[in-house]
Amino acid sequence: MELLLDSLFNGVAIGSVLLVAALGLAIVFGLMGVINLAHGELMMLGAYTTYVTQLIFKLPILKPFYNSYIIVSIFLAFIVSGVVGILLEKTIIRKLYGSPLETLLATWGVSLILQQFVRSVPLAYGTGLVISLLIGLFLPTSFPSKIKESINFKYFKFSSWIFAALTGVLTGSVISSSVSKLSRASARNVDVTAPSWMRGQIEIIGTAFPKTRLMIIVITLISVIAITLFLNQSAWGMRIRAVTQNRQMSDCLGISTEKVDIITFGIGSGLAGVAGVAVSLLGSVGPNVGGNYIVGCFMVVVLGGVGNLLGTVLASFGIGIMTDLIGAGRLLSIWPDMPLPLSNTINFFATTSMARVMIFALIVIFLQFKPTGLFPQKGRMVEN
Amino acid sequence: MRISRRILAGLATASLAVTATSCGGGGTSGSFDDTVTVGILHSLSGTMAISESTLVDTEKMAIEEINAAGGVKVGGKSYKIEYIVEDGASDWPTFAEKSKKLIDQDGVPVVFGGWTSASRKAMLPVYESKDAFLYYPIQYEAQECSNNIFYTGATPNQQSEPATDFMYKRSPAAGGDFFLVGSDYVFPRTSNTITKAQVKQLGGTVVGEDYLPLGNTEVAPIISKIKKALPEGGIIINTLNGDQNVAFFKQIQDAGITPSSGYYVMNYSIAEEEISTIGPEFLEGHYGAWNYMMSIDTPASKKFAASFKKRWGADRVVADPQESAYNMVYLWKQAVEDAGTFDDNAVREALVGQKFDAPQGPVEVMPNHHLSQTVRIGQINAEGGFTILEETGVVLPQAWNQKHPSSKGFACDWTDPSKGEKYKL
Repeated sequence: MELLLDSLFNGVAIGSVLLVAALGLAIVFGLMGVINLAHGELMMLGAYTTYVTQLIFKLPILKPFYNSYIIVSIFLAFIVSGVVGILLEKTIIRKLYGSPLETLLATWGVSLILQQFVRSVPLAYGTGLVISLLIGLFLPTSFPSKIKESINFKYFKFSSWIFAALTGVLTGSVISSSVSKLSRASARNVDVTAPSWMRGQIEIIGTAFPKTRLMIIVITLISVIAITLFLNQSAWGMRIRAVTQNRQMSDCLGISTEKVDIITFGIGSGLAGVAGVAVSLLGSVGPNVGGNYIVGCFMVVVLGGVGNLLGTVLASFGIGIMTDLIGAGRLLSIWPDMPLPLSNTINFFATTSMARVMIFALIVIFLQFKPTGLFPQKGRMVEN
Repeated sequence: MRISRRILAGLATASLAVTATSCGGGGTSGSFDDTVTVGILHSLSGTMAISESTLVDTEKMAIEEINAAGGVKVGGKSYKIEYIVEDGASDWPTFAEKSKKLIDQDGVPVVFGGWTSASRKAMLPVYESKDAFLYYPIQYEAQECSNNIFYTGATPNQQSEPATDFMYKRSPAAGGDFFLVGSDYVFPRTSNTITKAQVKQLGGTVVGEDYLPLGNTEVAPIISKIKKALPEGGIIINTLNGDQNVAFFKQIQDAGITPSSGYYVMNYSIAEEEISTIGPEFLEGHYGAWNYMMSIDTPASKKFAASFKKRWGADRVVADPQESAYNMVYLWKQAVEDAGTFDDNAVREALVGQKFDAPQGPVEVMPNHHLSQTVRIGQINAEGGFTILEETGVVLPQAWNQKHPSSKGFACDWTDPSKGEKYKL
């Protein structure tokens, strides 16, 4: 019983890391069809946001709230990655809809730029830049429509960008002068330390579980529930589904596809940021942190069936449980006296490297029989 | 048109400035009869840049120190050492290419460079075919002995063997079972093959081993294997690389695998630099084995640490790889002065037998092109340094490991033409 519980927990723990990382991609790639290779770097931005938030919460004014910094950073990471995602959509991806190869190359380029950015720009000024992007992108749209319709609106827009730039520089310098660790650029990996209430283990029915793992599972669950509710219950969710099913018809019916694209991409990117918070709890934060997850993300989305959230959920937990079963050699402890050749085979694959090989092989075989994944898209909506 | 010309001019100046800074020579001025230019080849960009740039800093410092003391004296003339720094870009073929450039185009008599074994393996054929010289400063898996490379880092018998011995005989987990964890590449696999043979000789048991593919930070399956194999605590030998250590130590602590519950980790890739990155709160109570540790309480060690901090900033630390890099510059200088020429064949002969009072204590170049060194076992403390527990005497290097099944009974001796790279003892 304990063994089963332990194994199930491990599988779910590994799976939820995969799931939270792949969730944003399931939306961007699954619903919009954009092959976003910068997804990992949006995660990385989320992880760095956690690091910056952690340091800012160590300042004397915020010190009493230090224990809650991780909760705050989840929201901040969503916003930071979301804003960068929106900028990416507005400047690059919008021009490339319908040409997957070009999108792939362009987003790969963006991922390299983002990696180099965090290496060579002090994080304080990076934060300032994100803040000015946030203001510059959203301040003009928040003006009442009367002003927007007036001829002078472009001046408003222009001056709000100037305001945004000034605020960005100001916050950048304030952060840089108050937190010395953020004032210098460094390619060195940095470390996020979980607050004390999240460290150590917690005992549930006789088995000890690491708290950070439980936290990641909770983050994942909340993200999945929130995004499902948003897509199925809200008006914008309905518009997103409509546009993904038939773009031209939705356009004819008066849905602003442009806005839908921005929102979808923004949410997908924001979720990548949330994933960044989760992975920062497991390892160190560095420019390459996202790149380590990108292959796994695509694997999960493809295996689950492109465009199907339930498929993504099942695929990630499936892979998680398989990784634990194979990688930790669980079958041997369940059935200790199995025949020698079989136990030798299991032992051979019971290392992390070989388990990975085995899982990839299984997925390849599975996709031979079901090339569209666990839950393929049905019906006429598939335009191409 | 005018603008584009201006931009072009700007670009040209900028690139000139870049070349000027990247090829700038040693700092001090003085009266020298001549100059000699050496090559420095490490990764200044890419994933290895963080580690390798510390070696560039140390080598520059050693060269500046030598220049300040009057340079290299050859045949009654004093030479100022200048250097060309090339970027290996964490890309192994680039290391080979830049080596060719340094040897053929710049005509340097010696190259100080490399960190990963992969980069060394890529450079080796270049130096052998051109009969040029590479000085390599990193502790590595050995099983190699080139006539054209000098290895100033530790071989496994100068690091992992005394460490395994300590863990099995004198650590708090003495007599316990071993679990081996490493990144999936040549150094951990070779090192663990040696450890397994040694544990068997000592009468202990290795209950499991696992390798994490480079870049992978999911250690949950490894943790459950450790818990299954060592339910009551035991000895973990860790050869994980770089950032994977962060994931490993964070997650094992959360899973209750800590010194207080009887698990002791011996690390071969964690020095002072890494401790500060990972955070001493995750590492306190675990062990490390090196030739040099910053906490060595001798005037030479203190002077080395102090001058590095003075040159590069008070928050910087020195660690074993940097000490090896520092030693090799001095050893080369001594050999050149003894040989009385920069000619590399004469320097090669003069180098064997060179002694140097290194920050770690006395070292000597052996006929197998490796150094005899002191081995230290330290326990990581809350301040992020090592508390030194044990010090061996001077240990001779084994280029061909005597516990590894494939090299048992072999040795290397370049001073005797009949012996060479690999001869039977």
